[in-house]
Amino acid sequence: MWDYTDKVLDHFYNPRNYGDMENPDAVGEVGSLACGDALKLMLKIDENKKIIDAKFKTFGCGSAIASSSALTELIKGMNIDEALQVTNKQIADYLGGLPEAKMHCSVMGREALETAIATYKGESKKHYEELEGRIVCKCFGVTEGKLKKVIKENHLSTVEQVTNYTKAGGACTACIPDIEDIIKEVMGEIAVKKEISPVKRKRLTNIQRILLIRETIDREIKPSLQIDGGDIELIDVDGKDVYVSLRGACTNCPSAGFTLKSFVEAKLKEFVGEELNVINESPVE
Amino acid sequence: MKVVYVDNNATTKVAEEVKKEMLPYYTELYGNPSSMHTFGGKVAKKIEEAREKVAELLGAIPSEIVFTSCGTESDNAAIMGTLECYPEKKHIITSRVEHPAVMTLCKNLQKRGYKVTFLPVDNKGRLDLNQLRDSITTDTAIVSLMYANNETGVIFPVKEIATIVKSRGSVFHTDAVQATGKLDIDMKQNNIDFLSLSGHKLHAPKGIGVLYIRRGTKFRPFLKGGHQENSRRGGTENVPSIAGLGKACELAKKNIKEEQERVKKLRDRLEEGILKAIPNVQVNGDRENRLPNTTSLGFEFVEGEAILLMLDKLGICASSGSACTSGSLEPSHVLRAMGIPFTYAHGSIRFSLSYYNTDEDIDYILEHMPGIISKLREISPFTQYTK
Repeated sequence: MWDYTDKVLDHFYNPRNYGDMENPDAVGEVGSLACGDALKLMLKIDENKKIIDAKFKTFGCGSAIASSSALTELIKGMNIDEALQVTNKQIADYLGGLPEAKMHCSVMGREALETAIATYKGESKKHYEELEGRIVCKCFGVTEGKLKKVIKENHLSTVEQVTNYTKAGGACTACIPDIEDIIKEVMGEIAVKKEISPVKRKRLTNIQRILLIRETIDREIKPSLQIDGGDIELIDVDGKDVYVSLRGACTNCPSAGFTLKSFVEAKLKEFVGEELNVINESPVE
Repeated sequence: MKVVYVDNNATTKVAEEVKKEMLPYYTELYGNPSSMHTFGGKVAKKIEEAREKVAELLGAIPSEIVFTSCGTESDNAAIMGTLECYPEKKHIITSRVEHPAVMTLCKNLQKRGYKVTFLPVDNKGRLDLNQLRDSITTDTAIVSLMYANNETGVIFPVKEIATIVKSRGSVFHTDAVQATGKLDIDMKQNNIDFLSLSGHKLHAPKGIGVLYIRRGTKFRPFLKGGHQENSRRGGTENVPSIAGLGKACELAKKNIKEEQERVKKLRDRLEEGILKAIPNVQVNGDRENRLPNTTSLGFEFVEGEAILLMLDKLGICASSGSACTSGSLEPSHVLRAMGIPFTYAHGSIRFSLSYYNTDEDIDYILEHMPGIISKLREISPFTQYTK
């Protein structure tokens, strides 16, 4: 079920200002049939650069239509420079908020407005250049320029948010590492820290790794060996190779080789990393 | 508010008769069927009675019926139970249009080192059986292909598929959640090893399912626990729901002809009516080989969620394969696998009828559908492209 406010539903069921406009002074078209939503915004602008009428035509879901309707209501009567200050958040707020996953509908409204005004000012080339750069999300045709702009304006810090606002990364997901890099670049290291923490294990520093190996031996391995009168000592760690020395009863135990691989190495693989290889180093007599 | 419920592939109403059958097993006959006392024994008898009714609907032997908690559990049990029996085999075959119950599991197994073949379908949603035949190797542990598709209703030729799979020495499971109660299923007439069904798609409650396991088929329980269900599914039986499912299967057997004739007529009238009244609409899927209750229609240049919202306001409950309704950003995997043009895919609506739908329901939808589409097309910037 949709989590729409009454205001969203009202603007969907009774959209304001939809339809065609004869001889519009400015037109902004964004989105496409392939992407699942598209908006054509048409404006009448008088000699004082005031928006005296706004109409839209939208292909899209309930919130896309409601966002378009809200946009036209918001900007009517505004000077074009004033209108350029309208943010996608204002569109969403006008509707009493949008579900997070639908924020891209408000972004689409804002984009159409910018495009229309840029065309009117004869700056459409500059406008498109700003939004250009390489296409990051090939599924939805989202450029690096657009991503940076939306991330900056909405203070986005996670890939999920970026997908909600721009759709980028929402289909094949191949561009997610790229989006992470762009967020990092725009918002700085702090913003993406949250994203990195779950994969911390894979990025252990050498020291952390050695400490973890030692901790695992002390906590998971030693006690079990000691029950049988044996013991183990960590000698060295060299890349993937962990050198240990089996002591006490283990020294002459015929199943020491088995213990080493099936128990010691298995535990280290489980708690530290799959790549580890355990080697028994006999103590120098 | 008036409610016209045409979303029966999502779930169905519990039949009055089914509810009546269930009620005593909550507060009166609440014994544990595994208990030694007569009080529990009565309950065990009811389970066996229900088992017989399920078996009757499927043309199976009662001992081949295992009660589970849902269709998803049945699917998981069939696949995981088989993999456990053949640990040396590392290949699974399924299709690109399966229900998430099978699809997600297979993708998960893929990550765990299994090789999974996702067979493609053509633009009508049909499989290429030669391709299936060529995909089966000595390494193939199980082939899992649905009986009928939940979104389009397209039926896979499971009887033929079972013969192919058996002749190549593998195991065949079919998710028959949408087919049960709508199509004639006779397990005596085919070689299917495992079949999953779900109660709430045939007027039994949610939370009850069945896994059919053909006699002599290797299987290891998915839910490991007690000796229930002949040691094939641990866990105390969901007695009221099992009683209800038994009744629902009895009713389904009785009503199946009507489902196939009267409900099909309603569906066809709805479909024809819409195709006639509204331009730029297409039926998604093979119209010749479909469930009698399902139609998936693509409306060009409008978006599915918007249509559903309009329908919802009128009390009409349907569903959509469009991106916006699924919470994802792409149209459903089924429509994409079929290569449905995106102009249609984004505006796809599924109507799925049941025994309880009436001519008035269809009239009501037909009365409102043209207005809804033309209003949304008035708002759409692509209207000029309509015929």
